[in-house]
Amino acid sequence: MTVLRAILFVPEVLVVLASPPLLMSVIAKTKAWFGGRVGPPWLQPYFDIHKLIQKNAVYSKTTTWIFRAGPIISLASLLTATTLVPVLSDDSLLGFPGDVILLAYLLALGRMFTVLAAMDTGSSFEGMGASREVTFGAMSEPALFLSFVVMAVASKSLRLSEMIGPSLIPGWQVAGPAVILVVGALLVVLLTETCRVPVDDPATHLELTMIHEVMVLDHSGPEFACITYGAALKFALLGSIVVHAAIPHGGWLAWLNAPLRMLELGGLALLIGIIESVTARFRLNRVPMLLAGATVLSAIALVLVLMRRTV
Amino acid sequence: MLQFVIDSILILVVLLNLAMLATSRMAACIRTFSLQSLLLALLPIAIGLRHAAMPGAHTVIIAAGAIGLKVILIPWVLLRVLRTGEIHREIEPFIGFTASVILGALIIVASFAFAKELPLPTQAPTDLLLPVSLATLFNGLLMLVSRRTAITQVLGYLVVETGIFIFGLLLLEQTPVLVEIGILLDLFVAVFIMGIVVYHIRREFDHMDTYLLGELKEA
Repeated sequence: MTVLRAILFVPEVLVVLASPPLLMSVIAKTKAWFGGRVGPPWLQPYFDIHKLIQKNAVYSKTTTWIFRAGPIISLASLLTATTLVPVLSDDSLLGFPGDVILLAYLLALGRMFTVLAAMDTGSSFEGMGASREVTFGAMSEPALFLSFVVMAVASKSLRLSEMIGPSLIPGWQVAGPAVILVVGALLVVLLTETCRVPVDDPATHLELTMIHEVMVLDHSGPEFACITYGAALKFALLGSIVVHAAIPHGGWLAWLNAPLRMLELGGLALLIGIIESVTARFRLNRVPMLLAGATVLSAIALVLVLMRRTV
Repeated sequence: MLQFVIDSILILVVLLNLAMLATSRMAACIRTFSLQSLLLALLPIAIGLRHAAMPGAHTVIIAAGAIGLKVILIPWVLLRVLRTGEIHREIEPFIGFTASVILGALIIVASFAFAKELPLPTQAPTDLLLPVSLATLFNGLLMLVSRRTAITQVLGYLVVETGIFIFGLLLLEQTPVLVEIGILLDLFVAVFIMGIVVYHIRREFDHMDTYLLGELKEA
């Protein structure tokens, strides 16, 4: 990595860390537009985080240190994951061959501590949410890993920033439909991992129907700010994996790349907003079908890529 | 570009197979079949376009016959039979929906592995044609044996025929039109008769669960 590249990373990382709440705004505005409403102001997620940081946290007497560590470790694992995912440029900050495994387990680590913190409260609702979160997480992981394998085979690399983006162009040429399948599977994984509508409803008001929201009911103040920001960051990271796999920018001008990626992420948020507006949430026992479908999509893509590779 | 279109059609056909295995509503299942047939009817034209600028009369006739019969007429007959009764869903298949989707995916993987070993008499238009045809055939078979209601069994039979139709595309240039038309006509007559049979099963027994037919006895 050249010195210039290292210097250029600073503004890029700042933008990457600052933008996720704006993506949440795009989703909220899209949903409001579908509902015929004006929606919250564009900067509302930032206001929320600012407000939460100024508040005090309240702890229940039954909780232990795990409850306090949960949100912090979740956010830390997501911040670490940020260094492995190419968001605005086609290169990641600290990528190395095999970093996809680390990325998947960083996401899993964050989830594990959210779940542990939820169980630590001793609330039955939170335990129920934790159980659902773990079930769906375990089911979306095969789809995620199979998609990674497809992209690794198509691009002959195990480094995430080389698996998606320009090096996927040969994959698009040889087995285009397979890559489309992988993008579809990754989109389902994105919806599951970030708790969006067909799987989970982030705006629901009934604890019985919640998955992710019910786990964080007891968090307050700065810790809840960590969780809110972490959810937005997770969306931005997984979203940029989807965007990079779907739209490779090969040999494009460097200064054009970053604004375009920003726009594409906004477009993805718009798409998620549309999906949330036009689909009803799936019944809980239909969700495994969706995730099995995503796994099957990536499995078929793997078969296709393997077949075409030898030709 | 045309290669991309042909590949995409074939992969969509495989995915629609899985979609049919996953849906419990029979009307949706019939419409999925109709969509799959439409995609397949366009396939001979796409393959024909690769050789010449204009598709030959042969391919156009096959495509028109497939659209007329499998996209419009047969789904219409089946939907009509469906509307005469009260049951609109496959309630309890012998193999559950998620399980049958996973089985279907295994079948697809196995077909791809198997198709590699098969020697072909002619050069296939695309290397996906053979595995997709085998996968469709066996997915249809799976649907045929794992469902209880008569309508979904008829659909399974139709999917099996679709698999054979895809296989027939290998010999698109060699097969006489008469043979193709004959197959389509046979298919229509078969579905017509099955429609009547289903209607009568429904009228006699107030259901169309074929499993119970095995227990018919003189009292």
